[in-house]
Amino acid sequence: MSDTLVNATHGDRQRVAPARAKTHSRRHTPVTGEGPWARRLLIALAIAFLALFLLMPLIVVFTEALRAGFGAFFDALAEPDALAAVRLTLMVAAIAVPLNLVFGIAAAWAIAKFEFPGKSFLVTLIDLPFSVSPVVAGLVYVLLFGAQGLFGPWLQSVGFQVIFAVPGIVLATVFVTFPFVARELIPLMEEQGTGDEEVAMTLGASGLQTFLRVTLPNIRFALLYGVLLCNARAMGEFGAVAVVSGRIRGFTTTMPLHVEILYNEYNSVAAFAVASLLALLALVTLAAKAYLESRYGDALASRTPR
Amino acid sequence: MALIFRRKTVYQILFAASFTFLALLTSYARAQTVLLNVSYDPTRELYRDINKAFLAQRAAEKKPPVVIRDSHGGSGAQARAVIDGLDADVVTLALSADIDAIAQRSQRVAADWQSRLPNKAVPFSSTIVFLVRAGNPKGIKDWDDLAKPGVAVVTPNPKTSGGARWNYLAAWGYAEKKFSGDDAKIRDFVGRIYKNAPVLDSGARGSTVSFAQRGVGDVLIAWENEAYLADIEFGKGKFEIVTPSISIRAETPVAVVDANVDRKGTRDVAEAYLNFLWSDTAQAIAAKNYYRPVKPEAAAASDLARFPKLELLTIDGDFGGWAKAQATHFGDKGIFDQIYQPSR
Repeated sequence: MSDTLVNATHGDRQRVAPARAKTHSRRHTPVTGEGPWARRLLIALAIAFLALFLLMPLIVVFTEALRAGFGAFFDALAEPDALAAVRLTLMVAAIAVPLNLVFGIAAAWAIAKFEFPGKSFLVTLIDLPFSVSPVVAGLVYVLLFGAQGLFGPWLQSVGFQVIFAVPGIVLATVFVTFPFVARELIPLMEEQGTGDEEVAMTLGASGLQTFLRVTLPNIRFALLYGVLLCNARAMGEFGAVAVVSGRIRGFTTTMPLHVEILYNEYNSVAAFAVASLLALLALVTLAAKAYLESRYGDALASRTPR
Repeated sequence: MALIFRRKTVYQILFAASFTFLALLTSYARAQTVLLNVSYDPTRELYRDINKAFLAQRAAEKKPPVVIRDSHGGSGAQARAVIDGLDADVVTLALSADIDAIAQRSQRVAADWQSRLPNKAVPFSSTIVFLVRAGNPKGIKDWDDLAKPGVAVVTPNPKTSGGARWNYLAAWGYAEKKFSGDDAKIRDFVGRIYKNAPVLDSGARGSTVSFAQRGVGDVLIAWENEAYLADIEFGKGKFEIVTPSISIRAETPVAVVDANVDRKGTRDVAEAYLNFLWSDTAQAIAAKNYYRPVKPEAAAASDLARFPKLELLTIDGDFGGWAKAQATHFGDKGIFDQIYQPSR
């Protein structure tokens, strides 16, 4: 969602600039010209919409969390089940994000730098987690690894619990966050082409050297950007994780699940305290994203200028 | 251009990351007996108290400590999760049909589970009452008032919620008495109650939140314990509890999940835990949490005095047992499907 927003504002900026340039000659109607009132009205509408549907919920989360004061807020976060939820969420992200970092680079590298049959099929496959509902993603793992599932009886016989335990949560999270890194890298790497790598090879660099010293530095900021998005989703995922979690308090409840449990226990201060942590995470991600964009916008979109 | 990071930094980061990872992993793998109680929605507060008392008793008897974990959700959904492999040691669900489902579909619970514990494996029961808004503006006194036009009734979906099935059967039982068994009239009566329901939540707690927190509807059909709890949670004076003339004894059974405890070697602890539910301590805790104990003599008189006296139907006496009631009323194309058409 944040992605499309950023793109939209970019688009607006490009559209607004020529319109303003043409206002010198008042008599001529600019090509994209709306009357000043229409423009102001539209801007006001957009701002009102953003305030109502994005800003206000955010404020509500924090005011609800702090309704009973800072003491109750920190008590709610220091509660063992809440701490366990935070720890589990961090651990799941710590496993899922590096995995998707490696998979994402590998997939993007293969797709952008090589030609092979079935390439477009692979691209579609990478996008699959975006288009499949998270609930389905969770149920798929239940069908595969559940007690009545395909591998269930065998897993049971070797005593390894996948569904309703941490491995299932990690699997579901890896599934839903898979496209983030790859999607971020593919367009950039395709645009960069294979020229730099060919030069490095000609100068006698080995494959690994080329990858570490040429390919990786070229994509580092896009990579960081993808990892940020991937991490935000990994920590915030609800649907898929809810299906495979089994809701065991303090053991298989991630932060989003814990928020729901607390809310259903009429404990709204604690629910919103944990929710505010998640919101804070989102804000940090957005800030990091904005910083990366303003500082390294070129490197994110196209090849690094030398 | 140099490497993205200095090599030393990379090693440091890798070392720190793997160390944290191992630390997290070991904190989970600590060897300790863990007992998982998979329960239904409104028992969160009850089992929190019971767990505390059980652990205190074990400590007093100098037995090795255990960790008790709880999982709560709609009774049917929880049974489904156990069938799919949720590693429950004990199940404490809203109705015996859900434990029967586990026994039949996964064979994880022995078929004779109900005869292994006293009182058909039901340590405490509840009943179904109404929760109305302060002052009872719609003047709701009995089931008849729920079937009147213009009354918005909040109840969960009997297809997914155990509590909702008790709600439905209580209404059915009342109608059966009122119309002395005239099937068409009974169906019409119960159908009118469900026509008055603007929304069917999937679980009892969801319905309570709809009614109490979001202000939906005029009357909530609820577990007695849930009604009292909502009354306390949202502050006295916002709601009133109305007890109908006839309701149902909602028996909430418990069972050890044999296959799981035998594999994990936790049978002793699991059985001790369930037996503890019949102890005087646990019975008193149940009464304190608004569940009706099977051993009232163990509970505080002041807690018992809160339960109103009313005529209670039973599932076995009046509906021919859960197997029959489940098939007739809640099966695919059962009576509930016939009388309830969601308004579009």
